[in-house]
Amino acid sequence: MLKKLTIFAVAAAFIAAPLPSFAQAKKDSVVMAMALEPPGLDPTNAAAAAIAEVTLYNIYETLTKINEDGSVSPLLAESWQASPDLKTYTFKLRKGVKFQNGEAFDSAAVKFSYDRNAAATSTNKDKSLYQSFESVTAPDADTIVIALKYSEPNLPFLLGQASGSIVEPKSAPTNVTQPVGTGPYQLGGWVKGSSITLNKWADYRNASAIKLSKVTIRFISDPAAQIAALLSGDVDAFPRVATRSVAQLKADPRFTVLVGGSKAKTIVAINERKKPLDDVRVRRAILAAIDRKAMIDGAADGFGTPIGSFYTPGSLGFVDTTGINPYDPEKAKQLLKEAGVTNLELSLKLPPPPYARAGGEILAAQLAKVGITAKIENVEWAQWLSQVFAGTGPHNFDLTIVSHVEPFDLVKITESDYYLGYNNEAFNTLYKQIMSTPDEAGRAKLLGDAQKMLATDAVAGFLYQPQWPTVINKKLKGVWKEVPQFENDFSAWSWE
Amino acid sequence: MSVFLLRRFATLLATLIGASLIIFLVLDALPGNAAQMLMGADASPDAVRALSIKLGLDQPLSLRYLLWLKGMMVGDLGNSYVYGTPVAGLIAERLVLTIPLAIMSMSVTVVLALSAGIYTAANHNRLGDVGVMSLTQVGIALPNFWFAILLILLFAVKLQWVSAGGFAGWDDGIWPGVRSLLLPAISLSVVQAAILARVTRSAVLEVLREDFVRTARAKGLGKREVLWRHVLRNAMIPVMTVMGLQFANLLAGTIIIENVFYLPGLGRLIFQSIANRDLIVVRNCVMLLAAMVVIVNFVVDVLYAFIDPRIKVHHL
Repeated sequence: MLKKLTIFAVAAAFIAAPLPSFAQAKKDSVVMAMALEPPGLDPTNAAAAAIAEVTLYNIYETLTKINEDGSVSPLLAESWQASPDLKTYTFKLRKGVKFQNGEAFDSAAVKFSYDRNAAATSTNKDKSLYQSFESVTAPDADTIVIALKYSEPNLPFLLGQASGSIVEPKSAPTNVTQPVGTGPYQLGGWVKGSSITLNKWADYRNASAIKLSKVTIRFISDPAAQIAALLSGDVDAFPRVATRSVAQLKADPRFTVLVGGSKAKTIVAINERKKPLDDVRVRRAILAAIDRKAMIDGAADGFGTPIGSFYTPGSLGFVDTTGINPYDPEKAKQLLKEAGVTNLELSLKLPPPPYARAGGEILAAQLAKVGITAKIENVEWAQWLSQVFAGTGPHNFDLTIVSHVEPFDLVKITESDYYLGYNNEAFNTLYKQIMSTPDEAGRAKLLGDAQKMLATDAVAGFLYQPQWPTVINKKLKGVWKEVPQFENDFSAWSWE
Repeated sequence: MSVFLLRRFATLLATLIGASLIIFLVLDALPGNAAQMLMGADASPDAVRALSIKLGLDQPLSLRYLLWLKGMMVGDLGNSYVYGTPVAGLIAERLVLTIPLAIMSMSVTVVLALSAGIYTAANHNRLGDVGVMSLTQVGIALPNFWFAILLILLFAVKLQWVSAGGFAGWDDGIWPGVRSLLLPAISLSVVQAAILARVTRSAVLEVLREDFVRTARAKGLGKREVLWRHVLRNAMIPVMTVMGLQFANLLAGTIIIENVFYLPGLGRLIFQSIANRDLIVVRNCVMLLAAMVVIVNFVVDVLYAFIDPRIKVHHL
């Protein structure tokens, strides 16, 4: 008996010994977690949001920086000037900046980066933006001039995204595994499938302002495991945590829960290439059947703001269009009758995220009340992309639910092979007008008109702007609440 | 003996080639392509096409299969579509976790199951037997991911003895690594041990009824000696068979458990790669698992011959 007890005691002592890596004195290091692991660390050749979440403004920098409120401020460019027609931009670059491999940052690196994004073999997510550059010229080492084929009022914002990261020519091909940028952090280590470590770069131009010397990023996709990791103290910060975990964490005094808006739009996409969905009355009937409030509560655990168009609150020229096709089941039935549609049966293809799967169940129930049968089909992302979304077709769906996370993507609606199949000349003309209007007030008004047009034509069932909860240790400061794009700016983080 | 081995070995090779063909064809039939998946919904179509060509997805099916077989012969498994690094390296990184995890949970399984099985058989129909057998009933009924969550809540969240998941690696010595695999290994072995304990018990009971056991007892051997020297060796054949099958089960079980504990193991690599359509990684991993299962069964077959010399005669 005594022997057994001793064995147990020894085992218990071993298990209870302090954890060397997880529970260090938390002065200058942070353990952050995110749901998905990035596939490589070059945001200029792959699209995954997880790449930007690790690298943007940390390892790589861009000419401009998108701030928490969505405004744009100088980063690698000190200042810029646009021509009156918004077709030519001149950027003055910051002097004395170095890449992490010791090479100097200058206009040649900027030109190299942008030309590389536009090349035929480029796999940049925003390739079309860089291909719309007529020319990128470097008159001297500190100046870069971009001439566009068409007006682009948002260029400073667009260049601040991860896809516009400035890379160094010699190290560019190996950035996927050995990233080299001008930012405050360097890759320390990457245990595939588990974690990435970023270490402060001692030679950063403003190194003294960077408080955290080490950031460990772990990948935890399972919602139950996410909660456990936070509750056990393994993780200090979890941006964009699964919404269903949040209520429990809010009640815990150890954490702060930040709830921020996004530029994302969750919609019920309607395939306008198919009959009878090409009839605006049928689409309006679908919208009138949708109770956005119930959708937000059921599919997003309450984390959403209703929207009536393909545009988010807080953006330039936003107008509330939720009143244009409001929830009204009786009107829905009447509209269907007017359109001469009876026994409407629609396929509803749902990608994997919980908002889509849960939202699909609710949508099917709401549509059933007005006499539309929605046949749910759950698909994987890969299937969804190839069957539903891909520009090359076959656009094989009637309805689907998806969240579009790109900021300012009204342009997508104008593309003729876009999966919604709206293709309205009047809207395309209006969009061109917006893009070529230099003054903000004029643009804001036109943007309002565009939103109203999309809402009136019931181009899709615009549901809500998702809100993304970030759970952090109460003592951690400087973490952004608002999420204008996918990124974590570690240079602003610090311990109290 | 050598003819027996040769024949088993030929079967092994044929099984592996058959498996490779099935794996390749099934994965190729999956809808969706890696290039579109990698680039996501908002990418330019032109960029997707450029990536597709870069990944070699435009080549014909038969050529890609033959290239894969050739690659496996020379040890070049190609590059992952997603990570852009060699698949062999990715798998090796994951095996550093998965193999110790499999060994740990298999050891826990064997120790628990054999002791429980032998104990219950030796105390047939007594209180201890009934008690332990009811426990195994519960063990079989437990879903392992649910049991894993219970373990996390108790040992990580409540007591904070171990971390809730993740893998500490082997760099700081063996203990941090073993500790991060403790809960996963236990959750994996509970169901397996319960099944194996029941098999062991009935196998031992069966042998205990044989004439030679009575003879051994009659010539004056103690109960314990008979059990250890005569009964166990004879009872091992069905136990080994089930253990071989369980090993395969265990590898499949790691896919779920690795997600619950967010461990960077082979199971999670397969899971993520399927979702990302990183098929080059999936097919090599599945091939590896198939090979492991086939080889383990081959070893079990050979061990039969050692445990029971009569077996190889039957096969001749």
